[in-house]
Amino acid sequence: MAQNDGRIQGMVLDEYLSVTLTELTRLCGSSGRTLHLMVAEGLLHPQGRGPDEWRFTGLEVRRARRALRLQRDLDLNLAGTALALDLLDEVEALRERIRVLEHQLGLRREREPG
Amino acid sequence: MEYKDYYKTLGVARDAAQDEIKRAYRRLARKFHPDVSKEPDAEARFKEVNEANEVLRDPEKRAAYDALGSNWRAGQDFRPPPGAGPGPREFHFSPEEAAEFSDFFSSIFGQRFREPGAPGGGQPRKRRGQDQSARIAIDLEEAYRGVTRQLRLDLPEIGPDGHVVTHGRTLNVRIPAGVTQGRQIRLAGQGGPGIHGGPAGDLYLEVEISAHRHFTPDGRDIHLRLPIAPWEAALGATVQVPTLGGTVNLKIPAGSQSGQRLRLKGRGLPGDPPGDELVILEIVTPPAHSEEAKRAYRHMAEQLRFNPRAELGV
Repeated sequence: MAQNDGRIQGMVLDEYLSVTLTELTRLCGSSGRTLHLMVAEGLLHPQGRGPDEWRFTGLEVRRARRALRLQRDLDLNLAGTALALDLLDEVEALRERIRVLEHQLGLRREREPG
Repeated sequence: MEYKDYYKTLGVARDAAQDEIKRAYRRLARKFHPDVSKEPDAEARFKEVNEANEVLRDPEKRAAYDALGSNWRAGQDFRPPPGAGPGPREFHFSPEEAAEFSDFFSSIFGQRFREPGAPGGGQPRKRRGQDQSARIAIDLEEAYRGVTRQLRLDLPEIGPDGHVVTHGRTLNVRIPAGVTQGRQIRLAGQGGPGIHGGPAGDLYLEVEISAHRHFTPDGRDIHLRLPIAPWEAALGATVQVPTLGGTVNLKIPAGSQSGQRLRLKGRGLPGDPPGDELVILEIVTPPAHSEEAKRAYRHMAEQLRFNPRAELGV
């Protein structure tokens, strides 16, 4: 984190970010074993062949943190967590789609007579 | 401080059985979980539900809470009766739990922290502070150029006497150019403070891009509906188009129709590669108020012999 003239700049968790398994355990406050299980479940999709080469994007970091919170707070098992995350992703994508389409329709409506 | 009606929070009767309480809690936890819920106050509601459950699920704590009597109303000004509070019976919580719970909760149950690593004294274990999260709303223009935002946050902190106090903090956060809807920004060490000299937690900001009058972001792409005149569509034209980086010229091919999309490469939100601006053409007909305009339309109708509904077979 860079700090100059009182401004702090964070790390954006986006598709350009790439972290190792060790870094991910630190970001999640979780054990490597837990994250291994998440990869095995297909909940996380790292690039690279083996655990030593695994690289996770910022989106995967967010997903892992979210998975851990849901597991802990709602007492879910791994398969249930994976399903919940997939459904949440889908809901988010659909909401985004609605937002884009509604905006376009809204502009149209303004110009319609009456 | 305000009295909290934990039964009301969970929506159960005062004489509810333990399994009823568990059921009610599970249902509400799913409903208000900040990762699932879109309710604007989900985070606060989730905390309340957790606090209520923390008390009611444990028969000992529930009994201590019930002993306050049933005449209190939620929100009523509450002073702990003498003898209540951290008396002979001690309840133990992790610092994480204590930081989450209300003053009302602490006044009844006290704040003795459980130290998993050090039973019966000894060196207190260093612990990392909690991660915090907050939302930040920015304009699309700010997402395009990047912006420095002043953030005011209420952060819980554990004082030297072990009590939790919240205090306001101001941060100047640089949001880099090209950030998109829903992305998180991690500010290392800006979360909850560490315990017994442990490192501070992190602060996660979730970016929300406010609605724009003309543009709709779709990831890094930007959508714009561009009104054009019928002759611009039919004959082709070069027209001016707004983009986030300023006005550019766009060539509209002859024979264009409404709904057709043209792509302005690299004119979306910055990135590697940057997004595009997708221009959706919308033919707008000029009004026919004047006699001249009406004449022009009639002339077109006679000359063009055009049936826009040919495809419908009518």
